[in-house]
Amino acid sequence: MAREKPELVYGTLDMLILKSLQHEPRHGLEIADRIQQMSKEILHVEQGSLYPALYRLEARGWVKGEWDVSENNRKARYYKLTAAGRKQLLAETEHWSRITRGIDLVLSAS
Amino acid sequence: MPKLHSWFSRLLGLFRKKNGEAEMAEEIRQHLEGLIDRHIADGMSPGDARNAALKEFGGVEQIKEAARDERVWLSADQLWQDLRFGVRMLWRNPSFSFLAILCLTLGIGTNAAVFSWIEGILFHPYPLVEHEERMFALTGTTRGATNIGLSYPDYLDFQKNCTLIDSFIVDRIVGTTLSIGDRAERASGGLVSANYFDALGMRPILGRGFNPEEGTGRNAHPVTVISYEMWQNRYIGDPGIIGKTQYFNGVQHTIIGVAPEKFYGTFVGYAFQFWVPTSMQETFDSTGYKLEDRGDRWVEGYVFLKPGVSAQQAQDEISAVAKRLESDYPATDRGHGIQLLPLWKTPFNGAAAIFPTLGIALAVVVFVLLIACANVSNLLLVRSLLRRQEMTVRLALGAGRGRLVQQLFTEGLILAAIATAGGIAVAHWCRNALVLAFPTPAPGIIINYPGAIDWRVLALSAGVCVISTLFFAVVPAIQASKVDLVGALKTESGGVVGGHGRSRLRSGLVLLQVSLSFVLLAGAGLLLQSLQRIQNASPGFATRDVITAGIDLFSAGYKLDRAKTFKDQLLERVRSLSGIESVAIARVRPFSYSNYSNATIAADGYQAAPDQLPTADYVEVSEGYFATIGIPILFGREFTRNDDENAPPVAIVNETMAARYWPGKNPIDQRLQVKDKWMQVVGVAKLSNYRTKLEPPKPFFYVPMRQHPFVNCGLIIRTRLTPGAMMTVLAQEIHALDPNIVPVDTITMQEQVDRMSYSQRLAVTLLTVFGGMALFLAAIGLYAVMSYAVSQGTRELGLRMALGAGAADLLRLVMSRGLVLTAGGLVLGTAVALSLTRLMGSLLYQVSPRDPLAFGSAFVILTVVALAACFVPAWRATRINPVQALRS
Repeated sequence: MAREKPELVYGTLDMLILKSLQHEPRHGLEIADRIQQMSKEILHVEQGSLYPALYRLEARGWVKGEWDVSENNRKARYYKLTAAGRKQLLAETEHWSRITRGIDLVLSAS
Repeated sequence: MPKLHSWFSRLLGLFRKKNGEAEMAEEIRQHLEGLIDRHIADGMSPGDARNAALKEFGGVEQIKEAARDERVWLSADQLWQDLRFGVRMLWRNPSFSFLAILCLTLGIGTNAAVFSWIEGILFHPYPLVEHEERMFALTGTTRGATNIGLSYPDYLDFQKNCTLIDSFIVDRIVGTTLSIGDRAERASGGLVSANYFDALGMRPILGRGFNPEEGTGRNAHPVTVISYEMWQNRYIGDPGIIGKTQYFNGVQHTIIGVAPEKFYGTFVGYAFQFWVPTSMQETFDSTGYKLEDRGDRWVEGYVFLKPGVSAQQAQDEISAVAKRLESDYPATDRGHGIQLLPLWKTPFNGAAAIFPTLGIALAVVVFVLLIACANVSNLLLVRSLLRRQEMTVRLALGAGRGRLVQQLFTEGLILAAIATAGGIAVAHWCRNALVLAFPTPAPGIIINYPGAIDWRVLALSAGVCVISTLFFAVVPAIQASKVDLVGALKTESGGVVGGHGRSRLRSGLVLLQVSLSFVLLAGAGLLLQSLQRIQNASPGFATRDVITAGIDLFSAGYKLDRAKTFKDQLLERVRSLSGIESVAIARVRPFSYSNYSNATIAADGYQAAPDQLPTADYVEVSEGYFATIGIPILFGREFTRNDDENAPPVAIVNETMAARYWPGKNPIDQRLQVKDKWMQVVGVAKLSNYRTKLEPPKPFFYVPMRQHPFVNCGLIIRTRLTPGAMMTVLAQEIHALDPNIVPVDTITMQEQVDRMSYSQRLAVTLLTVFGGMALFLAAIGLYAVMSYAVSQGTRELGLRMALGAGAADLLRLVMSRGLVLTAGGLVLGTAVALSLTRLMGSLLYQVSPRDPLAFGSAFVILTVVALAACFVPAWRATRINPVQALRS
């Protein structure tokens, strides 16, 4: 297991999941792949930890899961971003960029 | 409101746990399979691929556990948190919570109680009857009047000829003296057709119902089915009761069955204790054998339609049969028909008597509910404004709007849930309260007005309250979300004088409350005045210094001869007592529950319309009746001892009868035909009331008892003795004549008359209670709004004080605002009341629906209450410390 890859910053998984669903519905495995791919393999998601997060997001009404058949003919639960989820993604993205900008400023101050 | 949705999905999640568990397992399994496939494709062996996938995925069970928390427990936890927080918030402000819950409880509870009465008495009166939905009341009609019975031969013909009707049943109330061993008591029961229990689908819990042959033959079948209550109370639940005997009216009856528990018969208002077949009619009716008399209309009853037959179809068929009977038996049936009525419209039992009262009660409780809702909304609005800063702070700290809504929503739900529970309790306690309002009309009658707690209605009243509560509970959160954070945090200002948007809503609610309260108070005032007028109105005979008593000779087994001797001796003895001015006997005493005699009549020179058969009520009275009871004889003379069986038949008519049958003529010495007997009019009596003070004037006549003998004996005594003293003396005299007889019901005439105005008294009680409640609620509403206005206007008031306004100025300022609202409410209320009180017609007696006294007192009472409600906050305003107020 690629332990050398950095752990996620606490609390960012939800945001990353929402982002990974921005363009199309995906199932769990695809979400993990997509995050890894988008981060150019820098971020690694522990597969199992996706599920508690997905259920949390679903309970809040940000994503909606539906059973479907995957490209290799397996049953899979596809998660889709809801309108509320889209709004939430926007808000979190903005929030995150403000924080990172702030942190950058702090760190780059002489 | 995204959170609202998740709140529900979580709530649902609590119930869906099991299903979710399987879904989750499947989803994770599919994920693992996907990983394994991928590894195999990369060239791993299946076993290695599985191990790698499991490693990559992490501990399946731990993850499931964590996911479960998210799915179920986390959400339940949040709900629990909201509940706890809600309870804490309500607890923190106990007076608010108490008032809100009280208002809602009263609103929901009173509504549910009245609806349960309506359900239990009017719409679902016989819950144990199998096909109540196909059951209709039966009444005879003549000239549009519907409160007459059928004759027994007619009844049999209808039964034989109507094909659309499953069964006709007879149910006629009878009273009796019941003797068990050496104990004798009064009891009431039903004289019923033999098919009674079968038609109702009622199986006795012991023994059997009546056989068809038990309905036939004159006095041939002395059998009885007794009620469960009688079985329990009189026979202590004796399991061997079947086959034992008891005496009704001196005739030994065999007990053949015990009715199920809670079956009280089919007479709204009374609980029957026994049933006997129609063949025993003569035993229970002191006015003689009637089963073969087509002209004597005494049968009351019900029909069960065949399945799928509409009431109209059945009515058409019945009317056709009635037409045939009219032509077959013109002498007795001309002008007579029969009509099917919904159960609650039957004129024969308590349903008809209580109907207008229930209507008023319904209107009143709906008003109370509206006031309660307006009130709670107002309280919540006021509180929401007080909490606006809290909301703003929480928003600023990052709480989602949805979360706030969810929180307030939960609080509203808690309020409504507690109030609904309270409302159910109130309704439960009140469901049998109606019984308390009714006097027992005669010994041996058990009053029974049960309410059925109707869950549909309970849900409706609760629903209205919950919706309005929730709506107004959530308003603050919605408003908070629109708030400009910075501005709202800085200051929350409002004025005592100014008013915009929201305060207009609040004022509107107060206006509504005041106006609705006004309507209730004015209505209560009108009814109160009616009641007073009814009580003060003279029934046309003397009510003071007149005592009446009933003596049931019939059920003591007396026949005509013996009864005549007894009565002569009794008159003699009572007349000679000291303190007695005069004494007389009547078969039926005025305002009693017994029926007057009724007969077809004809008069010399009076031409009835061809399709009509004039009838009139009459009563058999002794000599001295008019002098004793105090009904003036306008022309002619009163009956004397000489008007006996050897003298020419005579009658005394009332004014209305004289005017109708001999218009413009002197009625004295005219001839009147009653049934087939001609009699001479010897006097005209002044019009009086016969049954109630509300009845319209009607033709009525009197005949001397010596020419129309009867068994029973109603005594009327003019005396200055008290009823108690009279009862003792009377009992002694009667005992001397026959030790087995006691007088029943020795009361003053006044009391007898008062018993019949119970429906007015009940209406007054209801309106007074509910009107008081409404007043209380309106006062709370007004107080809440004014308190809020003052607390929000503290700065403004402080400023005014600093600028030199005195306490009196402030008092005036605050109070004037409250009084403007009140005045508006009063104007609105007057307009509404003027249009609504017209509908009270049948309950008003000699009072105009626009009576100025009733309206005036409502006006004064509300104004005083409003002044008080405004004064407290206004007075508080004058105590404001201007320095502190300005600094805050």
